Amino acid sequence: MTAIISISNLSKTYANGYQALKNVSLDIQSGEILALLGPNGAGKTTLISIVCGIVNATGGKVTVAGRDIVQDYRLTRSLIGLVPQELTLGAFDRVWNTLCFSRGLFGKKPDRAYLEQVLRDLSLWDKKDSMLMALSGGMKRRVLIGKALAHEPRILFLDEPTAGVDVELRKDMWALVRQLQASGVTIILTTHYIEEAEAIADRVGVINHGELLLVDDKQALMHKLGKRQLLIEIETPLAEMPAALADRPLELSADGRTLIYTYDPHRPQTGIDELLQALRDAGLTIKDVLSTKTSLEEIFVNLVQAKP
Amino acid sequence: MNSYAIRVIYKYEMLRAWETLAQSFASPVISTALYFVVFGSAIGSRIQHIEGVPYGLFIVPGLMMLALLTQSIANASFGIFFPRFTGTIYELLSAPVSFVEILIGYVGAAASKSFIIGLIILATAGFFVPLQIAHPVWMLTFLLLTCISFSLFGFIIGLWATNFEKLQLIPMLVITPLVFLGGSFYSVNMLPPAWQTVSLFNPVVYLISGFRWSFFEVADVDVGLSLAMVLGFLGLCLAVVWWMFRTGYRLKQ
Ligand SMILES: Nc1ncnc2c1ncn2[C@@H]1O[C@H](COP(=O)(O)OP(=O)(O)OP(=O)(O)O)[C@@H](O)[C@H]1O
Ligand SMILES: [Mg+2]
Repeated sequence: MTAIISISNLSKTYANGYQALKNVSLDIQSGEILALLGPNGAGKTTLISIVCGIVNATGGKVTVAGRDIVQDYRLTRSLIGLVPQELTLGAFDRVWNTLCFSRGLFGKKPDRAYLEQVLRDLSLWDKKDSMLMALSGGMKRRVLIGKALAHEPRILFLDEPTAGVDVELRKDMWALVRQLQASGVTIILTTHYIEEAEAIADRVGVINHGELLLVDDKQALMHKLGKRQLLIEIETPLAEMPAALADRPLELSADGRTLIYTYDPHRPQTGIDELLQALRDAGLTIKDVLSTKTSLEEIFVNLVQAKP
Repeated sequence: MNSYAIRVIYKYEMLRAWETLAQSFASPVISTALYFVVFGSAIGSRIQHIEGVPYGLFIVPGLMMLALLTQSIANASFGIFFPRFTGTIYELLSAPVSFVEILIGYVGAAASKSFIIGLIILATAGFFVPLQIAHPVWMLTFLLLTCISFSLFGFIIGLWATNFEKLQLIPMLVITPLVFLGGSFYSVNMLPPAWQTVSLFNPVVYLISGFRWSFFEVADVDVGLSLAMVLGFLGLCLAVVWWMFRTGYRLKQ
């Protein structure tokens, strides 16, 4: 795999002096789905806006398909489609016209058949002559996706594609994203929702206070940071932790009925066998055992909270 | 050159005029007709001739200029202000278009619209007075240059304005007075000498004078000077727009 977008030491300080991005470096691989995860004001939109040419960077360099986004803007921008975070649409336009406009703006000659297919894929074909202001929020978001796809981009940026979208439409959106990926499009999406990143991303980048805290393969990330917990329910409640078990990574639940053992499942020795032996030696009777794994959510919360 | 982009911007802007047909084309026609009734018939019947030209005919070039200036500015400024206002500008900024292409699309469309409006007004005037045009080529040249330069000026206002009030400010406070005081309805030579001198600081005087010369060969100032003024204004606007685009003024953070 080759990097289709290469961001190095990118910084952005807005006119009011606020530094929204601090030395961000990131390579995005061709054909992947990358989720940028971060809380409000993290700098996600700023990052995307710079790559797309809407905001000027104050430092650093971005290349798309090996070309500089400032010097070779015509080439780089024609490869990119952007679905903005806000529902920004001209109120008086019609669905079909606005797609034709987008396609032309990106320098592509008209192609009715292609645009028709885009609208059908987005279940918007029956709305093609509707005024944009007469559409629901979810439809408007799909029109924005249609506009972004109108010029057959190789790279698609989706800035919070599922904000304010119902569960069903969110599933549709994810299916669409996968379908686009299958056709070779590289997708970068931002989201607040971990389950979204978990559901569709190949890689996850966590961004907070303008810094990229980490980027990693989703599986590797969970592998690396995902701890497991073993919940051991015991027959007779305990008032306190038996002294014989005190030096192990064990916690006692408030009701004294459950022992919580935290371990790393990827270590050669998880220590479970030894622990169970120790429990029996301490005279405890085990009633039930349950193993849980940490979700991306917990990983994320830990990361974001770790930095001030 | 991204010619498809120029084409869609131009088409989009022209379509906007078409969809608001009444507003775009009918209102200048109606207001022109009203001016004719009030100035041409009511007052004109008492003034009769100015520099050998019947009054009703004399005001035609001024009326056209009045409409051209206001329409060019209104169309062009709204055309670029509206996407900024609604946020749809993001698409323009993220597209592989140069600023020159954006300019040609927007200003070209605004100038085309006012050019058409100018011709419609001329035709409307033909219903009230028998038209005579001494130098049709010059007339069309002045018409075109005025449309382009004031559309450019409108584009600048549309970029500069941060709200709807500011968008209206310059046309209302500057352009309309300058046109009314610029000899639309009278010859500057009819003013007392002191005011004649003051008038020479009004750029619109040169515009209307040159335009009127192309109709009747009567002018307040030398026609060469008029042409130079129009071209000078065009150059000035181009320089300002060029600077705005260089710096990303009000477009990019
Ligand atoms: N035009 C601007 N001028 C000044 N500061 C800005 C501007 N745009 C964004 N910021 C600031 O930059 C920071 C990052 O904003 P950005 O929009 O990139 O965040 P985000 O990660 O997209 O947040 P959200 O999840 O809320 O969309 C914020 O603190 C914001 O206030
Ligand atoms: Mg954002």
